[in-house]
Amino acid sequence: MSYRNDPYDPKQAALLDPSSLEELIKLAEVAFAEEANTLDELRALKPVHLGDRAPVSLARREIGSLPPHAKSEAGKRVNAARQTVQAAYDAREAELEAELAARILVDERVDVTLPWTRRPRGARHPLTTLMEHMGDVFVGMGYDIVDGPQLELEWANFDALNIGPDNPVRGASDTFFVDLPGLVMRTHTSPGQVRTMLTRTPPIRVVSPGRAYRTDELDATHSPVFHQIEGLVIDEGITMAHLRGTLDHFAKAMFGPDARTRWRPHYFPFTEPSAEFDVWFAQHRDGPRWVEWGGCGMVNPKVLVACGIDPAKYSGFAFGMGVERTLMFRNGVSDMHDMVEGDVRFTTNFGMES
Amino acid sequence: MKTSLSWLREYVELPADLTAARLDEALTNLGMEVESIVDQAATVLGDLVVGRVLTIEELTGFKKPIRFCTVDVGREAPQEIVCGASNFAEGDLVVVILPGGELPGGFKIGARKTYGRNSHGMICSAAELGLSGDHSGIIVLPAGSQTPGVDARPVVGLNDVLVDVEITPDRGYEMSVRGIARELATHFGVAYTDPAAITFPVGTADAPWPITVEDTVGCDRFSVRVVRGVDPDAQSPEWMQRRLIQAGIRAISLPVDITNYLMLEFGQPMHVFDLQRLRGGLLVRRAHPGEKLTTLDGVARVLDAEDMVICDETGPISLAAVMGGETSEWQPGTVDVLLEAAHWDPVMVGRTARRHKLFSEAAKRWERGVDPQLTLASLEKAVAILVEHAGGTVDERILDIDHVAPPAVIHLPADLPSRIIGLPYGPDRIAELLTAVGCTVSGSDVVPPSWRPDLLAPIDLVEEVARLGGYNDIPSVLPPAGASGGLTPAQRRRRSVGRALAENGYVEVLSYPFVTPATADQLGLPTGDPRRSAVRLANPLSEEEPLLRTSLLGPLLGTLKRNLGRGQRDVALFEAGTVFLPRLAAAAPPVLGVDRRPDAEEWAQANAIVPDQPWHLAAVLAGDAEPSGWWGAGRTASWADAVEAARIAVSAAGIPADRVTVRAAEQAPWHPGRCAAIVVDGNVVGHAGELHPAVVNTLELPKRTSVMELDLDALPDAPVIDAPRISTFPPALIDVALILDHTVPAEEVRAALVEGAGELLESVALFDVYESSQLGEGKRSLAYKLTFRAPDRTLTSEETIAARDAAVAVTATRFGATLRGA
Repeated sequence: MSYRNDPYDPKQAALLDPSSLEELIKLAEVAFAEEANTLDELRALKPVHLGDRAPVSLARREIGSLPPHAKSEAGKRVNAARQTVQAAYDAREAELEAELAARILVDERVDVTLPWTRRPRGARHPLTTLMEHMGDVFVGMGYDIVDGPQLELEWANFDALNIGPDNPVRGASDTFFVDLPGLVMRTHTSPGQVRTMLTRTPPIRVVSPGRAYRTDELDATHSPVFHQIEGLVIDEGITMAHLRGTLDHFAKAMFGPDARTRWRPHYFPFTEPSAEFDVWFAQHRDGPRWVEWGGCGMVNPKVLVACGIDPAKYSGFAFGMGVERTLMFRNGVSDMHDMVEGDVRFTTNFGMES
Repeated sequence: MKTSLSWLREYVELPADLTAARLDEALTNLGMEVESIVDQAATVLGDLVVGRVLTIEELTGFKKPIRFCTVDVGREAPQEIVCGASNFAEGDLVVVILPGGELPGGFKIGARKTYGRNSHGMICSAAELGLSGDHSGIIVLPAGSQTPGVDARPVVGLNDVLVDVEITPDRGYEMSVRGIARELATHFGVAYTDPAAITFPVGTADAPWPITVEDTVGCDRFSVRVVRGVDPDAQSPEWMQRRLIQAGIRAISLPVDITNYLMLEFGQPMHVFDLQRLRGGLLVRRAHPGEKLTTLDGVARVLDAEDMVICDETGPISLAAVMGGETSEWQPGTVDVLLEAAHWDPVMVGRTARRHKLFSEAAKRWERGVDPQLTLASLEKAVAILVEHAGGTVDERILDIDHVAPPAVIHLPADLPSRIIGLPYGPDRIAELLTAVGCTVSGSDVVPPSWRPDLLAPIDLVEEVARLGGYNDIPSVLPPAGASGGLTPAQRRRRSVGRALAENGYVEVLSYPFVTPATADQLGLPTGDPRRSAVRLANPLSEEEPLLRTSLLGPLLGTLKRNLGRGQRDVALFEAGTVFLPRLAAAAPPVLGVDRRPDAEEWAQANAIVPDQPWHLAAVLAGDAEPSGWWGAGRTASWADAVEAARIAVSAAGIPADRVTVRAAEQAPWHPGRCAAIVVDGNVVGHAGELHPAVVNTLELPKRTSVMELDLDALPDAPVIDAPRISTFPPALIDVALILDHTVPAEEVRAALVEGAGELLESVALFDVYESSQLGEGKRSLAYKLTFRAPDRTLTSEETIAARDAAVAVTATRFGATLRGA
């Protein structure tokens, strides 16, 4: 529709009067602020104040009836008025939208403290994760992790490690035998190292975490099935100082910068010189102290010979510690039963790491 | 080895102010494990004083004689004490503990009313003071030796420090005062006197008794002296008894006590025979198999051909080096004694001791190694003490059959100690340290002393250098790093699988692998099932569980039951571990030596007997897989959870889903209609599903208990994954509902759809399973959402429908599927 050819009508042009425009702006502003309490109410007011039949729209229509010289100025006035009304509308709309958004957030409030335990938590056994943790420290030091069979050749478990046929540990009061000759349940993870020496050539750096068996009845501190981690390094020029450096580093990696080891001379058939070692454990629940941790020593040349390594050229060290024992002092486990019985209340506590 | 500090001080000039802590440290750094260091003075608390008995009043009317005494304890008024012993008289000096004191074992002494009288303290026996096992009466001190009121501790010998150390199996010489004193002298750098360095007469041409040693391997030294006419009632001197008691050895009689005393002091076990009970000459030989001997403990023993025996004309009279026999041993009344000090083969003694389960103090020393040069010195000192306290006539003839080989020279390369220890040790320092332990050092040649049979090889000498030089002086140096290959694929797989199952609600357990033979029946394993063939422990801890598991399920279900028994209702467990699968044709293992590495063939033969021990993975669920809660109902664990657990594990092992299929299977112990075989690349790697109801009943498990077990080692290595090309064009989604016979497995329908849909198919998902009689008898509807997408264009609806039709067509030809609503 076009009003271009409408004849000029001074009466109708009254809407273009500045005071009238002021008035209709005020009306709109009051309406938006006071009659529109919701977005819907606001939107219902939109045609009234900004629609085709709204006063500003009608005012614009009157411009055509003005003499040409007045058109420009009136046009500016009407446009300004319309923009003012529109701005008032937009402002109110933004205000109501913000109110609505805020109210939705309030309305949608829930009790986030309701327990969501729909997916029960599982857990890994702390002995497993502790062994992995220990193994990872050694991988970082350039070791490979090796394992061997738990039902093992007697030769690999004993003879090759200089544990001769008359050693009392080879008796049925210490070692599990089976109905197959020449086999035992390995009494330590060392036979895995024998296998490594037979299948690799020096330099060798391996650590063997795993299960071992001895005929101890289960009590608070013993279990017939237990876990060890043992290490073996064979290279040219390996010394007891290297062994000490390795154990000290491992202790620090596991227990913090204060940790270190203390050695006591001891006897093992497979190492010479041999030592038992304690670790300074600052986090002990009963206060910092030395804790017995494991055994170590320089690989006995007889072991090297049995495994085909020339002791004139190579030397090496070996060490081992109990994983259960470590978990006991590190995590304050007081009874071996807790680690072997598989009670979910014990293990779930540890989650994915020990 | 238990001894006292005062005994050690006789031979080593230890610092006068030596503390228990310093002594502990010294012994520890020498390689002895300190069991205890006990200051005896501190074992009796309060006032322990000498008293003189003034009056004794015998109280009558009680079951045993009771005495009411007054005792002068050096105070103003006499002490009134009730006493149950009666081996003393008025005027005797006794030992009294006064009220407020405490005897060993925490026995507190107070003033109390007993037997109708007030008793203020106690008159003590040696047993009550922890000095001996003698309860026969109270201690009566020699008359006039003490003044009443003085501290009785030094008087009765309660002023010593008792040392108890564990000796490692290589150091027999430390099983003696002689050896420990020598070690301490070296450690503290103080003077040492060898107790055995006494003058003694050597063997004579004539023997005091006819003796033949037939087996000089088992017995390379046999020395004998004879004393006749000793006083059979002579008592061991008090100092000797005290030292024996401190060492934990019972005092028996003078001759026997002397041998025990010298065993403790020198380390030489000895034996006393009653000469009058010997029948003819002695013969030292191996036992004849089946020969019998009743040892001192009254046990009739059947001997082995390896045992060594001492015989007279009646046959074996002593199990050599381990225990004497009843018929020849010293006994009360013996007046003529034959003292024997020998040297026995340590290996023989060890075997004999284990064979007969006789772990005597003597056997412990023989096994660890005894100085073979001690026999004559020991006999000399024994005879001297015996004659001093029991009189008698010493036969001047001395038997000494000596086949001892001198210690071999060890060549110690000059650089070996430094090379092994990692600290510079010069030749002078090495010589100094080795000389301190008794070696003779001449250049690089070292001759160990007779008491160190453990020193045989250069490395043994290196150990002595390191030990005496001090372990804790060795610096801490990291060796050069190695070149690790990181975790192996199998190791990474085990970790991933464990984490995945734990993240999905399963709790890891580490069960013992021991199972009862009933397990196979309980699990309903059919005859001939390979899992019925198990390795049996020869010496199980429990006769009930002698077998090694062939499946993880038996022990795992046991752990499940333990948790249920402790009140858990919803339990999901998993275990990863080895099973033990014996080889059917187990040959005898080859004999491998230790003087060289086994060659490849020997090693292969040896390993051929080692049972397969694959890593398995098992999971078990009972109760709710998802609990009910404020959010609504829970979900009972079912066969599907077990199958999902298997799928999670296989996926975590890095096997792409398109290589894994599931198919119906019948396998014990699963429900035959609810068991899935898990198949990777066409190979069955395990099973999952619900347990057979009969198994559930037998094992008294919750209904619908579901399990899965996989052979982790049967999984192929995780492949390197080819990166997918991601299309940026929109997908075309289309649903199809197929009506099929309900026996057609969904897995096969899925595979057919994939096959028919062609390369445009991106994914296929089963979203509804619907069974209704309206579909027809035995029919069900499977509804799938098919997603198609092209890499290079937006698919037209014609293309999509054509692909869908192709997919459906395969199901139609293969299974007679029809489109629902078509």
